[in-house]
Amino acid sequence: METITPTAAEATAPKPRRPSVISPGVDAFAIGMSDGASFLKRFFVEALWRPFHVREIIKQCYEVGYRSLPLITLTGFVTGIVFTKQSRPSLAAFGATSWLPGLITIALVRSLAPLVTALICAGKVGSNIGAELGSMKVTEQIEAMEVSAINPFKYLVVTRTIATTLMVPTLMLYCSFVGMAGSYLNVHGKEGTSLAKFLKAGFANISFLDVESSVTKSFVFGFTIGIISCYKGFNATSGTQGVGKAANASVVMSMFVIFIEEMLIVQIINWIRNW
Amino acid sequence: MALNPPPSAEVDPNAVISIRGLTKSFGDLDVLRGVDLDVQKAENVVVLGRSGSGKSVLIKIVVGLLVQDAGDVTVFGQHVHQLKRKDLDGMRRRVGFSFQHSALYDSMNVEQNLEFPLRMNTKGLSQGEVRDRIRDALEAVGLAGSLKQMPSELSGGQRKRIGIARTLILRPEIMLYDEPTAGLDPITSGEINDLINQVQENYHTSSIIITHDLTCARHTADRVAMLLDGRVLRIGSFDDVFDTDDPRIKSFHDYNFTRRDSP
Ligand SMILES: Nc1ncnc2c1ncn2[C@@H]1O[C@H](COP(=O)(O)OP(=O)(O)O)[C@@H](O)[C@H]1O
Ligand SMILES: [Mg+2]
Repeated sequence: METITPTAAEATAPKPRRPSVISPGVDAFAIGMSDGASFLKRFFVEALWRPFHVREIIKQCYEVGYRSLPLITLTGFVTGIVFTKQSRPSLAAFGATSWLPGLITIALVRSLAPLVTALICAGKVGSNIGAELGSMKVTEQIEAMEVSAINPFKYLVVTRTIATTLMVPTLMLYCSFVGMAGSYLNVHGKEGTSLAKFLKAGFANISFLDVESSVTKSFVFGFTIGIISCYKGFNATSGTQGVGKAANASVVMSMFVIFIEEMLIVQIINWIRNW
Repeated sequence: MALNPPPSAEVDPNAVISIRGLTKSFGDLDVLRGVDLDVQKAENVVVLGRSGSGKSVLIKIVVGLLVQDAGDVTVFGQHVHQLKRKDLDGMRRRVGFSFQHSALYDSMNVEQNLEFPLRMNTKGLSQGEVRDRIRDALEAVGLAGSLKQMPSELSGGQRKRIGIARTLILRPEIMLYDEPTAGLDPITSGEINDLINQVQENYHTSSIIITHDLTCARHTADRVAMLLDGRVLRIGSFDDVFDTDDPRIKSFHDYNFTRRDSP
Protein backbone atom coordinates (compact mmCIF):
# COMPACT_ATOMS: atom_id res chain seq x y z
CA MET A 1 0.00 0.00 0.00
CA GLU A 2 1.22 3.43 -0.89
CA THR A 3 0.17 6.54 0.89
CA ILE A 4 0.41 9.81 -0.95
CA THR A 5 1.68 12.55 1.30
CA PRO A 6 1.23 16.08 0.08
CA THR A 7 4.47 17.98 -0.43
CA ALA A 8 5.10 20.92 1.86
CA ALA A 9 4.19 23.32 -0.92
CA GLU A 10 0.88 21.62 -1.59
CA ALA A 11 -0.03 21.44 2.05
CA THR A 12 0.63 25.12 2.74
CA ALA A 13 -0.29 26.63 -0.62
CA PRO A 14 -3.05 29.19 -0.09
CA LYS A 15 -6.30 28.16 -1.72
CA PRO A 16 -7.66 30.64 -4.23
CA ARG A 17 -10.05 32.94 -2.44
CA ARG A 18 -12.59 33.27 -5.23
CA PRO A 19 -13.49 30.80 -7.97
CA SER A 20 -12.32 32.09 -11.34
CA VAL A 21 -14.77 34.19 -13.35
CA ILE A 22 -14.39 32.49 -16.74
CA SER A 23 -11.53 30.02 -16.55
CA PRO A 24 -8.23 30.28 -14.67
CA GLY A 25 -6.32 30.90 -17.91
CA VAL A 26 -8.63 33.59 -19.24
CA ASP A 27 -8.77 35.26 -15.83
CA ALA A 28 -4.99 35.32 -15.54
CA PHE A 29 -4.78 36.81 -19.04
CA ALA A 30 -7.31 39.52 -18.17
CA ILE A 31 -5.51 40.34 -14.93
CA GLY A 32 -2.21 40.43 -16.83
CA MET A 33 -3.64 42.83 -19.39
CA SER A 34 -5.01 45.20 -16.78
CA ASP A 35 -1.72 45.01 -14.83
CA GLY A 36 0.21 45.78 -17.98
CA ALA A 37 -2.12 48.65 -18.83
CA SER A 38 -1.62 50.31 -15.47
CA PHE A 39 2.16 49.83 -15.78
CA LEU A 40 1.98 51.58 -19.16
CA LYS A 41 -0.13 54.38 -17.76
CA ARG A 42 2.27 54.82 -14.87
CA PHE A 43 5.14 55.21 -17.32
CA PHE A 44 3.52 58.23 -18.95
CA VAL A 45 2.61 59.77 -15.62
CA GLU A 46 6.09 59.32 -14.13
CA ALA A 47 8.00 60.27 -17.29
CA LEU A 48 6.44 63.74 -17.22
CA TRP A 49 7.59 64.79 -13.76
CA ARG A 50 10.98 65.70 -12.38
CA PRO A 51 13.52 64.35 -11.59
CA PHE A 52 14.46 63.12 -15.07
CA HIS A 53 17.71 61.28 -14.23
CA VAL A 54 19.33 62.49 -17.46
CA ARG A 55 22.70 60.97 -16.61
CA GLU A 56 21.14 57.58 -16.03
CA ILE A 57 19.29 57.82 -19.38
CA ILE A 58 22.58 58.57 -21.16
CA LYS A 59 24.25 55.67 -19.36
CA GLN A 60 21.44 53.33 -20.39
CA CYS A 61 21.62 54.55 -24.02
CA TYR A 62 25.28 53.66 -23.99
CA GLU A 63 24.47 50.23 -22.52
CA VAL A 64 21.91 49.52 -25.24
CA GLY A 65 24.31 50.54 -27.99
CA TYR A 66 27.29 48.78 -26.48
CA ARG A 67 25.41 45.53 -26.03
CA SER A 68 23.85 45.29 -29.47
CA LEU A 69 26.33 47.04 -31.78
CA PRO A 70 28.60 44.06 -32.58
CA LEU A 71 25.69 41.77 -33.36
CA ILE A 72 23.85 44.40 -35.41
CA THR A 73 27.00 45.14 -37.39
CA LEU A 74 27.50 41.48 -38.21
CA THR A 75 23.86 40.70 -38.94
CA GLY A 76 23.27 43.86 -40.97
CA PHE A 77 26.35 43.25 -43.08
CA VAL A 78 25.55 39.59 -43.71
CA THR A 79 21.92 40.41 -44.48
CA GLY A 80 23.06 42.93 -47.09
CA ILE A 81 25.35 40.41 -48.79
CA VAL A 82 23.00 37.46 -48.64
CA PHE A 83 19.97 39.40 -49.79
CA THR A 84 21.93 40.75 -52.75
CA LYS A 85 23.18 37.28 -53.71
CA GLN A 86 19.72 35.79 -53.42
CA SER A 87 18.02 38.53 -55.44
CA ARG A 88 20.51 38.53 -58.30
CA PRO A 89 19.24 35.42 -60.21
CA SER A 90 15.64 36.69 -60.31
CA LEU A 91 16.72 40.09 -61.63
CA ALA A 92 19.30 38.56 -64.01
CA ALA A 93 16.48 36.59 -65.65
CA PHE A 94 15.11 39.95 -66.89
CA GLY A 95 18.56 41.36 -67.53
CA ALA A 96 17.84 43.86 -64.77
CA THR A 97 20.78 43.44 -62.37
CA SER A 98 21.24 47.21 -62.49
CA TRP A 99 18.13 47.36 -60.30
CA LEU A 100 19.92 45.54 -57.47
CA PRO A 101 21.06 48.65 -55.52
CA GLY A 102 17.56 50.12 -55.63
CA LEU A 103 15.86 46.89 -54.64
CA ILE A 104 18.23 46.19 -51.76
CA THR A 105 17.96 49.71 -50.43
CA ILE A 106 14.18 49.58 -50.43
CA ALA A 107 14.13 46.19 -48.76
CA LEU A 108 16.66 47.23 -46.12
CA VAL A 109 15.22 50.60 -45.24
CA ARG A 110 11.55 49.69 -45.37
CA SER A 111 11.61 46.35 -43.68
CA LEU A 112 14.82 44.41 -43.04
CA ALA A 113 16.75 46.91 -40.96
CA PRO A 114 13.88 47.80 -38.59
CA LEU A 115 13.01 44.17 -38.03
CA VAL A 116 16.58 42.89 -37.67
CA THR A 117 17.45 45.69 -35.26
CA ALA A 118 14.31 45.24 -33.20
CA LEU A 119 14.73 41.48 -32.91
CA ILE A 120 18.40 41.70 -31.96
CA CYS A 121 17.65 44.37 -29.37
CA ALA A 122 14.76 42.32 -28.02
CA GLY A 123 17.15 39.39 -27.60
CA LYS A 124 20.18 41.21 -26.24
CA VAL A 125 18.76 44.24 -24.45
CA GLY A 126 15.35 42.82 -23.49
CA SER A 127 16.81 39.78 -21.77
CA ASN A 128 19.38 41.95 -20.06
CA ILE A 129 16.80 44.39 -18.68
CA GLY A 130 14.49 41.54 -17.65
CA ALA A 131 17.27 39.75 -15.79
CA GLU A 132 18.74 42.89 -14.21
CA LEU A 133 15.45 44.27 -12.88
CA GLY A 134 14.30 40.74 -12.02
CA SER A 135 17.30 40.12 -9.82
CA MET A 136 16.95 43.57 -8.26
CA LYS A 137 13.35 42.69 -7.48
CA VAL A 138 14.02 39.32 -5.85
CA THR A 139 17.01 40.58 -3.83
CA GLU A 140 14.92 43.49 -2.48
CA GLN A 141 17.08 46.15 -4.17
CA ILE A 142 13.97 47.76 -5.62
CA GLU A 143 12.40 47.94 -2.16
CA ALA A 144 15.69 49.32 -0.84
CA MET A 145 15.39 52.21 -3.31
CA GLU A 146 11.83 52.81 -2.28
CA VAL A 147 12.64 53.06 1.44
CA SER A 148 15.48 55.46 0.61
CA ALA A 149 12.79 57.75 -0.85
CA ILE A 150 14.02 57.07 -4.39
CA ASN A 151 11.30 56.29 -6.92
CA PRO A 152 12.45 53.01 -8.51
CA PHE A 153 9.92 53.27 -11.32
CA LYS A 154 11.41 56.59 -12.40
CA TYR A 155 14.99 55.58 -11.83
CA LEU A 156 14.84 52.12 -13.42
CA VAL A 157 11.81 51.82 -15.71
CA VAL A 158 11.52 55.32 -17.16
CA THR A 159 15.25 55.69 -17.87
CA ARG A 160 15.59 52.29 -19.53
CA THR A 161 12.45 52.65 -21.62
CA ILE A 162 13.49 56.08 -22.86
CA ALA A 163 16.93 54.69 -23.68
CA THR A 164 15.59 51.81 -25.79
CA THR A 165 13.07 54.13 -27.47
CA LEU A 166 15.86 56.47 -28.55
CA MET A 167 18.46 53.86 -29.39
CA VAL A 168 16.52 51.36 -31.51
CA PRO A 169 15.82 53.95 -34.29
CA THR A 170 19.45 55.06 -34.16
CA LEU A 171 20.67 51.49 -34.44
CA MET A 172 18.16 50.86 -37.23
CA LEU A 173 19.70 53.65 -39.33
CA TYR A 174 23.13 52.24 -38.61
CA CYS A 175 21.92 48.74 -39.56
CA SER A 176 20.60 50.06 -42.94
CA PHE A 177 23.94 51.67 -43.55
CA VAL A 178 25.91 48.51 -42.76
CA GLY A 179 23.53 46.42 -44.85
CA MET A 180 24.07 48.72 -47.82
CA ALA A 181 27.80 48.47 -47.31
CA GLY A 182 27.57 44.67 -47.48
CA SER A 183 25.40 44.85 -50.55
CA TYR A 184 27.76 47.34 -52.22
CA LEU A 185 30.77 45.06 -51.72
CA ASN A 186 28.89 42.23 -53.42
CA VAL A 187 27.52 44.34 -56.28
CA HIS A 188 30.92 45.98 -56.77
CA GLY A 189 32.59 42.58 -56.92
CA LYS A 190 30.13 41.04 -59.40
CA GLU A 191 28.92 43.93 -61.56
CA GLY A 192 31.75 46.37 -60.94
CA THR A 193 29.31 49.13 -59.94
CA SER A 194 31.04 52.22 -58.56
CA LEU A 195 30.15 53.54 -55.13
CA ALA A 196 28.70 56.76 -56.55
CA LYS A 197 26.49 54.85 -58.93
CA PHE A 198 25.40 52.43 -56.20
CA LEU A 199 24.41 55.22 -53.85
CA LYS A 200 22.67 57.19 -56.55
CA ALA A 201 20.63 54.18 -57.66
CA GLY A 202 19.90 53.24 -54.05
CA PHE A 203 18.70 56.61 -52.84
CA ALA A 204 16.75 57.35 -56.00
CA ASN A 205 14.38 54.60 -54.98
CA ILE A 206 13.60 55.56 -51.39
CA SER A 207 11.50 58.48 -50.32
CA PHE A 208 11.42 60.53 -47.18
CA LEU A 209 8.28 58.64 -46.20
CA ASP A 210 10.23 55.36 -46.31
CA VAL A 211 12.88 56.58 -43.88
CA GLU A 212 10.40 58.46 -41.77
CA SER A 213 8.06 55.53 -41.34
CA SER A 214 10.91 53.16 -40.52
CA VAL A 215 12.19 55.53 -37.87
CA THR A 216 8.70 55.83 -36.40
CA LYS A 217 8.30 52.08 -36.48
CA SER A 218 11.62 51.69 -34.67
CA PHE A 219 10.56 54.16 -31.99
CA VAL A 220 7.55 51.93 -31.38
CA PHE A 221 9.71 48.78 -31.33
CA GLY A 222 12.22 50.37 -28.95
CA PHE A 223 9.49 51.49 -26.58
CA THR A 224 7.95 48.02 -26.73
CA ILE A 225 11.21 46.29 -25.80
CA GLY A 226 11.88 48.70 -22.93
CA ILE A 227 8.46 48.73 -21.34
CA ILE A 228 7.82 44.97 -21.66
CA SER A 229 11.23 43.98 -20.30
CA CYS A 230 10.91 46.39 -17.39
CA TYR A 231 7.42 45.08 -16.66
CA LYS A 232 8.62 41.47 -16.65
CA GLY A 233 11.62 42.33 -14.47
CA PHE A 234 9.55 44.39 -12.03
CA ASN A 235 7.11 41.51 -11.62
CA ALA A 236 9.69 38.74 -11.29
CA THR A 237 8.78 36.20 -8.64
CA SER A 238 11.31 35.17 -6.05
CA GLY A 239 12.99 31.82 -6.15
CA THR A 240 15.80 30.57 -8.31
CA GLN A 241 13.71 30.42 -11.47
CA GLY A 242 12.12 33.86 -11.17
CA VAL A 243 14.96 35.84 -12.73
CA GLY A 244 15.48 33.44 -15.63
CA LYS A 245 11.77 33.39 -16.31
CA ALA A 246 11.63 37.18 -16.33
CA ALA A 247 14.51 37.41 -18.80
CA ASN A 248 13.01 34.77 -21.06
CA ALA A 249 9.52 36.25 -20.93
CA SER A 250 10.92 39.69 -21.79
CA VAL A 251 12.36 38.38 -25.05
CA VAL A 252 9.42 36.21 -26.08
CA MET A 253 6.80 38.81 -25.31
CA SER A 254 8.77 41.66 -26.93
CA MET A 255 9.26 39.68 -30.15
CA PHE A 256 5.62 38.65 -30.26
CA VAL A 257 4.38 42.22 -29.82
CA ILE A 258 6.94 43.53 -32.33
CA PHE A 259 5.58 41.21 -35.03
CA ILE A 260 2.01 42.31 -34.34
CA GLU A 261 3.06 45.97 -34.45
CA GLU A 262 4.98 45.37 -37.68
CA MET A 263 1.85 44.02 -39.34
CA LEU A 264 -0.32 46.87 -38.10
CA ILE A 265 2.18 49.57 -39.02
CA VAL A 266 2.73 48.17 -42.53
CA GLN A 267 -1.04 48.37 -43.04
CA ILE A 268 -1.17 51.95 -41.83
CA ILE A 269 1.79 53.02 -43.97
CA ASN A 270 0.30 51.46 -47.10
CA TRP A 271 -2.83 53.40 -46.37
CA ILE A 272 -0.90 56.63 -46.19
CA ARG A 273 1.03 55.79 -49.39
CA ASN A 274 -2.14 55.18 -51.36
CA TRP A 275 -3.86 58.24 -50.09
CA MET B 1 8.81 47.07 33.84
CA ALA B 2 5.24 45.87 33.60
CA LEU B 3 4.65 42.82 31.47
CA ASN B 4 1.85 43.05 28.92
CA PRO B 5 0.48 46.48 29.82
CA PRO B 6 -2.92 46.53 28.14
CA PRO B 7 -2.46 48.85 25.16
CA SER B 8 -5.03 51.58 24.78
CA ALA B 9 -7.23 51.29 21.73
CA GLU B 10 -5.86 54.55 20.32
CA VAL B 11 -2.37 55.06 18.96
CA ASP B 12 0.10 56.53 21.45
CA PRO B 13 0.91 60.09 20.34
CA ASN B 14 4.21 60.14 22.26
CA ALA B 15 5.52 56.93 20.75
CA VAL B 16 7.83 57.18 17.73
CA ILE B 17 6.09 54.19 16.18
CA SER B 18 2.63 53.13 17.28
CA ILE B 19 0.85 50.09 15.87
CA ARG B 20 -2.76 49.17 16.68
CA GLY B 21 -4.88 46.22 15.62
CA LEU B 22 -2.76 45.53 12.55
CA THR B 23 -3.99 42.71 10.31
CA LYS B 24 -2.65 41.44 7.01
CA SER B 25 -3.52 38.39 4.92
CA PHE B 26 -2.16 36.97 1.67
CA GLY B 27 -4.93 34.98 0.01
CA ASP B 28 -6.19 32.62 2.69
CA LEU B 29 -3.06 33.00 4.79
CA ASP B 30 -3.72 35.27 7.77
CA VAL B 31 -0.23 36.47 8.63
CA LEU B 32 -0.93 39.28 11.10
CA ARG B 33 -4.12 39.10 13.18
CA GLY B 34 -4.14 42.24 15.30
CA VAL B 35 -0.66 43.40 16.27
CA ASP B 36 -0.30 46.14 18.91
CA LEU B 37 3.14 47.62 19.51
CA ASP B 38 4.67 50.94 20.59
CA VAL B 39 8.27 52.04 20.20
CA GLN B 40 9.39 54.93 22.39
CA LYS B 41 12.14 57.44 21.67
CA ALA B 42 15.69 55.96 21.71
CA GLU B 43 14.41 52.50 22.53
CA ASN B 44 15.43 49.16 20.98
CA VAL B 45 12.42 46.87 20.64
CA VAL B 46 13.15 43.32 19.52
CA VAL B 47 10.32 41.44 17.80
CA LEU B 48 10.83 37.70 18.16
CA GLY B 49 9.03 35.09 16.13
CA ARG B 50 9.49 31.96 14.10
CA SER B 51 10.25 32.03 10.39
CA GLY B 52 7.13 32.87 8.44
CA SER B 53 5.38 34.45 11.42
CA GLY B 54 5.09 37.77 9.57
CA LYS B 55 7.96 39.74 11.12
CA SER B 56 9.18 41.11 7.79
CA VAL B 57 5.61 41.87 6.76
CA LEU B 58 5.20 43.89 9.97
CA ILE B 59 8.13 46.25 9.37
CA LYS B 60 7.38 46.52 5.67
CA ILE B 61 3.95 47.85 6.63
CA VAL B 62 5.63 50.36 8.96
CA VAL B 63 7.52 51.95 6.02
CA GLY B 64 4.63 51.60 3.60
CA LEU B 65 6.17 48.89 1.39
CA LEU B 66 3.07 46.82 2.10
CA VAL B 67 -0.40 48.06 3.03
CA GLN B 68 -2.31 46.54 5.92
CA ASP B 69 -5.81 45.13 5.62
CA ALA B 70 -6.96 46.77 8.85
CA GLY B 71 -5.52 48.60 11.82
CA ASP B 72 -3.42 51.70 12.17
CA VAL B 73 0.29 52.53 12.07
CA THR B 74 1.69 55.92 12.99
CA VAL B 75 5.32 56.93 12.59
CA PHE B 76 6.32 60.29 14.09
CA GLY B 77 2.58 60.76 14.72
CA GLN B 78 1.68 60.46 11.01
CA HIS B 79 -0.70 57.77 9.78
CA VAL B 80 1.49 55.90 7.30
CA HIS B 81 -1.16 54.59 4.93
CA GLN B 82 -2.77 58.01 4.60
CA LEU B 83 0.46 59.77 3.58
CA LYS B 84 0.80 61.22 0.09
CA ARG B 85 3.81 60.08 -1.91
CA LYS B 86 5.76 63.23 -1.03
CA ASP B 87 5.11 62.98 2.70
CA LEU B 88 5.75 59.24 2.64
CA ASP B 89 9.17 59.96 1.11
CA GLY B 90 9.75 62.56 3.81
CA MET B 91 8.99 59.98 6.47
CA ARG B 92 11.17 57.35 4.77
CA ARG B 93 14.17 59.70 4.79
CA ARG B 94 13.96 59.65 8.58
CA VAL B 95 13.74 55.84 8.76
CA GLY B 96 16.59 53.44 8.02
CA PHE B 97 15.77 49.93 6.83
CA SER B 98 18.37 47.15 7.03
CA PHE B 99 17.26 44.29 4.78
CA GLN B 100 17.62 40.64 5.68
CA HIS B 101 19.95 39.98 2.72
CA SER B 102 21.37 43.51 2.84
CA ALA B 103 19.93 44.41 -0.61
CA LEU B 104 23.09 46.24 -1.69
CA TYR B 105 22.93 47.57 -5.26
CA ASP B 106 25.14 44.99 -6.90
CA SER B 107 25.93 47.08 -9.97
CA MET B 108 27.55 49.71 -7.72
CA ASN B 109 30.66 49.59 -5.52
CA VAL B 110 30.50 50.37 -1.81
CA GLU B 111 31.12 54.08 -2.26
CA GLN B 112 28.42 54.37 -4.93
CA ASN B 113 26.00 52.37 -2.77
CA LEU B 114 26.34 55.03 -0.08
CA GLU B 115 26.53 58.00 -2.43
CA PHE B 116 23.36 57.09 -4.34
CA PRO B 117 20.76 57.63 -1.58
CA LEU B 118 22.69 60.66 -0.32
CA ARG B 119 22.77 62.42 -3.72
CA MET B 120 19.15 61.55 -4.43
CA ASN B 121 17.94 62.99 -1.14
CA THR B 122 20.10 66.03 -0.50
CA LYS B 123 20.60 68.98 -2.79
CA GLY B 124 23.72 71.08 -3.11
CA LEU B 125 26.22 68.96 -1.20
CA SER B 126 29.78 69.63 -2.31
CA GLN B 127 32.05 66.80 -3.41
CA GLY B 128 33.97 67.16 -0.15
CA GLU B 129 30.87 66.99 2.01
CA VAL B 130 29.72 63.86 0.19
CA ARG B 131 33.11 62.25 0.76
CA ASP B 132 33.01 63.18 4.46
CA ARG B 133 29.51 61.79 4.94
CA ILE B 134 30.51 58.52 3.25
CA ARG B 135 33.64 58.24 5.37
CA ASP B 136 31.69 58.95 8.58
CA ALA B 137 29.07 56.32 7.77
CA LEU B 138 31.70 53.71 6.91
CA GLU B 139 33.68 54.50 10.06
CA ALA B 140 30.52 54.11 12.13
CA VAL B 141 30.24 50.51 10.92
CA GLY B 142 33.98 49.87 11.11
CA LEU B 143 34.63 49.41 7.39
CA ALA B 144 36.44 52.59 6.38
CA GLY B 145 38.78 50.86 3.93
CA SER B 146 36.36 49.19 1.54
CA LEU B 147 35.26 52.10 -0.67
CA LYS B 148 36.01 50.55 -4.05
CA GLN B 149 34.92 46.98 -3.35
CA MET B 150 31.92 45.48 -5.13
CA PRO B 151 29.15 43.89 -3.00
CA SER B 152 29.97 40.48 -4.48
CA GLU B 153 33.45 40.70 -2.94
CA LEU B 154 32.15 41.25 0.59
CA SER B 155 31.40 38.65 3.26
CA GLY B 156 27.90 38.34 4.72
CA GLY B 157 28.85 40.33 7.81
CA GLN B 158 30.48 43.07 5.73
CA ARG B 159 27.43 43.30 3.51
CA LYS B 160 25.26 43.75 6.60
CA ARG B 161 27.51 46.56 7.81
CA ILE B 162 27.51 48.33 4.45
CA GLY B 163 23.72 47.99 4.33
CA ILE B 164 23.53 49.65 7.75
CA ALA B 165 26.03 52.34 6.70
CA ARG B 166 23.90 53.06 3.65
CA THR B 167 20.94 53.85 5.90
CA LEU B 168 23.02 55.78 8.46
CA ILE B 169 24.21 58.17 5.78
CA LEU B 170 20.76 59.79 5.76
CA ARG B 171 20.98 60.18 9.57
CA PRO B 172 17.78 58.29 10.40
CA GLU B 173 15.84 58.71 13.62
CA ILE B 174 14.38 55.20 13.41
CA MET B 175 16.20 52.01 12.43
CA LEU B 176 14.40 48.86 11.32
CA TYR B 177 16.58 45.76 11.24
CA ASP B 178 15.30 42.66 9.45
CA GLU B 179 17.11 39.59 10.85
CA PRO B 180 20.44 41.41 11.32
CA THR B 181 22.29 38.25 12.43
CA ALA B 182 20.63 35.60 10.26
CA GLY B 183 23.14 33.48 8.40
CA LEU B 184 26.15 34.90 10.25
CA ASP B 185 28.62 33.00 12.43
CA PRO B 186 28.40 33.63 16.21
CA ILE B 187 31.38 35.98 16.34
CA THR B 188 30.19 38.13 13.45
CA SER B 189 26.69 38.07 14.97
CA GLY B 190 28.16 39.41 18.20
CA GLU B 191 29.84 42.23 16.29
CA ILE B 192 26.59 43.14 14.57
CA ASN B 193 24.80 43.15 17.95
CA ASP B 194 27.43 45.58 19.26
CA LEU B 195 27.01 47.71 16.16
CA ILE B 196 23.24 47.90 16.71
CA ASN B 197 23.84 49.11 20.26
CA GLN B 198 26.45 51.62 19.11
CA VAL B 199 24.05 53.04 16.53
CA GLN B 200 21.42 53.47 19.24
CA GLU B 201 23.93 55.19 21.54
CA ASN B 202 25.60 57.46 18.98
CA TYR B 203 22.61 58.44 16.87
CA HIS B 204 19.88 58.15 19.54
CA THR B 205 17.79 56.08 17.15
CA SER B 206 14.65 54.19 18.05
CA SER B 207 14.75 50.70 16.58
CA ILE B 208 12.69 47.66 15.78
CA ILE B 209 14.96 44.63 15.53
CA ILE B 210 13.39 41.58 14.03
CA THR B 211 14.99 38.26 14.76
CA HIS B 212 14.61 34.66 15.79
CA ASP B 213 18.08 34.77 17.38
CA LEU B 214 17.73 34.99 21.16
CA THR B 215 21.37 35.97 21.67
CA CYS B 216 20.77 38.96 19.46
CA ALA B 217 17.56 39.73 21.36
CA ARG B 218 19.25 39.54 24.76
CA HIS B 219 22.12 41.80 23.70
CA THR B 220 20.19 44.51 21.93
CA ALA B 221 16.71 44.64 23.46
CA ASP B 222 15.38 47.26 25.82
CA ARG B 223 12.09 45.41 25.40
CA VAL B 224 11.20 42.14 23.70
CA ALA B 225 7.89 41.50 21.93
CA MET B 226 6.96 37.91 21.22
CA LEU B 227 5.04 37.54 17.94
CA LEU B 228 2.95 34.37 17.91
CA ASP B 229 -0.11 33.47 15.84
CA GLY B 230 -0.12 36.92 14.28
CA ARG B 231 -0.28 38.81 17.59
CA VAL B 232 2.18 40.23 20.09
CA LEU B 233 1.64 37.66 22.81
CA ARG B 234 4.02 38.99 25.44
CA ILE B 235 6.06 42.17 25.74
CA GLY B 236 8.56 43.27 28.37
CA SER B 237 12.16 42.78 29.35
CA PHE B 238 13.92 39.71 27.96
CA ASP B 239 13.76 37.80 31.28
CA ASP B 240 10.14 38.74 31.97
CA VAL B 241 8.99 37.56 28.57
CA PHE B 242 10.52 34.13 29.02
CA ASP B 243 9.44 33.81 32.66
CA THR B 244 6.35 31.82 31.71
CA ASP B 245 4.97 28.31 31.50
CA ASP B 246 3.46 28.82 28.07
CA PRO B 247 4.92 25.82 26.21
CA ARG B 248 5.16 27.65 22.90
CA ILE B 249 7.35 30.37 24.40
CA LYS B 250 9.34 27.90 26.49
CA SER B 251 10.12 25.77 23.46
CA PHE B 252 11.31 28.86 21.57
CA HIS B 253 13.68 29.62 24.44
CA ASP B 254 14.83 26.05 24.90
CA TYR B 255 15.55 25.57 21.24
CA ASN B 256 17.86 28.58 21.22
CA PHE B 257 19.70 27.89 24.45
CA THR B 258 19.29 24.56 26.22
CA ARG B 259 19.56 22.33 23.18
CA ARG B 260 22.89 23.76 22.18
CA ASP B 261 24.33 24.61 25.60
CA SER B 262 23.57 21.39 27.49
CA PRO B 263 25.66 18.31 26.78
N1 LIG C 1 4.22 39.83 -0.89
C1 LIG C 1 3.76 38.67 -0.40
N2 LIG C 1 2.85 37.95 -1.10
C2 LIG C 1 2.37 36.79 -0.63
N3 LIG C 1 2.74 36.24 0.52
C3 LIG C 1 3.65 36.88 1.27
C4 LIG C 1 4.21 38.12 0.84
N4 LIG C 1 5.08 38.54 1.78
C5 LIG C 1 5.07 37.61 2.74
N5 LIG C 1 4.22 36.61 2.45
C6 LIG C 1 3.92 35.44 3.29
O1 LIG C 1 3.69 35.89 4.59
C7 LIG C 1 4.26 35.02 5.54
C8 LIG C 1 5.14 35.78 6.49
O2 LIG C 1 6.27 36.25 5.80
P1 LIG C 1 7.45 37.04 6.50
O3 LIG C 1 6.94 38.27 7.12
O4 LIG C 1 8.49 37.22 5.44
O5 LIG C 1 7.97 36.03 7.61
P2 LIG C 1 9.20 36.22 8.59
O6 LIG C 1 8.62 36.28 9.96
O7 LIG C 1 10.04 35.00 8.42
O8 LIG C 1 9.92 37.46 8.20
C9 LIG C 1 5.01 33.97 4.74
O9 LIG C 1 4.25 32.79 4.75
C10 LIG C 1 5.12 34.53 3.37
O10 LIG C 1 5.04 33.52 2.41
MG1 LIG D 1 11.68 37.77 7.23
